Amino acid sequence: MNVIVCVKQIPDPASPGELDPSTNQLKRDGKLILDESDSYGVEMALQLVDAAGGGEVSIISMAPNGEMSGMRTALAMGAVKGVLVSDPALAGSDALTTAKVLAGAVQTLGGADLVIAGTESSDGYTGTVPEQMAELLGLPSVTFAKSVKVDGGALKVSRQTEEGFDEVTCPLPALISVTAGVVEPRYPSFKGIMAAKSKPVDTKTAADLGVTAAGWAGAQQAIVEVAQAAARQAGEVIEDDGETFNKIVEFLDGLKVI
Amino acid sequence: MGINNIWVFAQQANGAPTTGTLELLAKARALGGNVSAWFGGDASAIAGALGEHGAAKVFATGDLAGALPGVAVASAMKAVIDGGESPDLVMFPQNYEGRDVMSRLSVKLDRTVITNNTDITVSGDTVTVTTPIFGGNTLVNTSFTGSAPYLAAFRPKSFVAEAAGGAAAEVVAAPVPDLGSTAGAVVTAVHVEETTGPKLDEADVVVAGGRGLGESDKFELIESLAKTLKGAPGASRAIVDAGWVPYSYQVGQTGKVVKPKVYIAAGISGATQHMVGMKGSKNIIAINKDKEAPIFGVADLGIIGDVHKVLPKLIEALKARG
Repeated sequence: MNVIVCVKQIPDPASPGELDPSTNQLKRDGKLILDESDSYGVEMALQLVDAAGGGEVSIISMAPNGEMSGMRTALAMGAVKGVLVSDPALAGSDALTTAKVLAGAVQTLGGADLVIAGTESSDGYTGTVPEQMAELLGLPSVTFAKSVKVDGGALKVSRQTEEGFDEVTCPLPALISVTAGVVEPRYPSFKGIMAAKSKPVDTKTAADLGVTAAGWAGAQQAIVEVAQAAARQAGEVIEDDGETFNKIVEFLDGLKVI
Repeated sequence: MGINNIWVFAQQANGAPTTGTLELLAKARALGGNVSAWFGGDASAIAGALGEHGAAKVFATGDLAGALPGVAVASAMKAVIDGGESPDLVMFPQNYEGRDVMSRLSVKLDRTVITNNTDITVSGDTVTVTTPIFGGNTLVNTSFTGSAPYLAAFRPKSFVAEAAGGAAAEVVAAPVPDLGSTAGAVVTAVHVEETTGPKLDEADVVVAGGRGLGESDKFELIESLAKTLKGAPGASRAIVDAGWVPYSYQVGQTGKVVKPKVYIAAGISGATQHMVGMKGSKNIIAINKDKEAPIFGVADLGIIGDVHKVLPKLIEALKARG
């Protein structure tokens, strides 16, 4: 069973996000790391291939400046190869263009039995790319998978819902998006990290994949204004001396909720 | 020109349209023009309520026989558009089904989608949506620059649901065409997690716990306080990901958006992801050991202290009041 995992390389979420004032685009020019929410997909893929008793995991990513440090993390976990799409013309791409690029990357790898993505990235969180890719690739899809098994050539997925979860079956080939927590991602071993340095990553441009209306030129949307929201005023902050629970009781009493 | 025809993707729960559906219908009506609803299933039970909230008609696919609605409803929409009845704007709720249908439709029409919005304005031919980013501290206004239909998804509670008193919506059959290779994802069983007390996104009081609780057993404190206040327990993403509580408890960007009268954040630092889901609360109480925690920046009452010490005393004091 061959699985392709979409991984996003994002600015470290520990440092605050910032917009580039000239383009109103999220700054992604520093060192990028593997989006934590994609490490679950990589782990899921490795486990499914293991359970199938054969096949391989490949990764695909779109990132500026030929950045692949986040991809190396996924390769160190056990993926065997990658395709990176990096092209200045893709700066400012909307989700649809991103989906076209990633679907193109899947095709350059000759497709797969299963394509896995996260449910949404931690930095842009549009949340539509997986399902858009499924449509572009002509695949059925199950989004928000919280557990995944392959049984008799079909997927058995527990899919998160507002009220609980649904059991869903889906034929292969297919695309799924997996939630954080679906599996426990492994830490790359030292051996894995060393091996990852020499694993092949094929770099492509948008044109290589036949995506023409790229970047700002291709986006059917334009940011017209960026404003600060009305800030919420901080109230009273007090140090607990063992009696502050009384302050909370008084506060609730004042609001008439008790 | 402007916006003449608006479609709203409708959902139902317990035989009635969801609140989210009614919120979108209210806004669609306010924007003017003809408002139609779309439903993946048999719409006869909800046509009355949809009409009352401003939908002149509802396109309904008929029973989906368990198929996930994403590709099915989007394909039915595409068929109606190809048949010559095209909307200028399609409004979706920012949730699982809304996202799936919208994404599929986006590719079928080769149109962009703008998600996570909290507002929309129409000025002449220009449609602009507002999206909060960085935990709601910054608002980005984005205009559609391509050609219609424009596809946009809105966060829950962005608008206020209000009945307009119209007649029942006319049900128009919009069957799902052959889905070819994209068919086959079918729901075989539905599991509903039992909850007691008010629903998280409807409760007057929400008590939410985070990593500061230290271990999963301590979530009991949150449940006990919520019960005492007749509120709903909630959680930060950190402890949902850690498996302490089910996803249905999650408040935040990827969870529920809540706007209760009182929100009590216990052991939650206030990551951007969490703030998006609770900053609209009328009153916020925060208890956290770290005085630098961002949550104190939005709290009306902040207690710098240990939740393990403050919560038991608070629960006891509230119980003593009866």
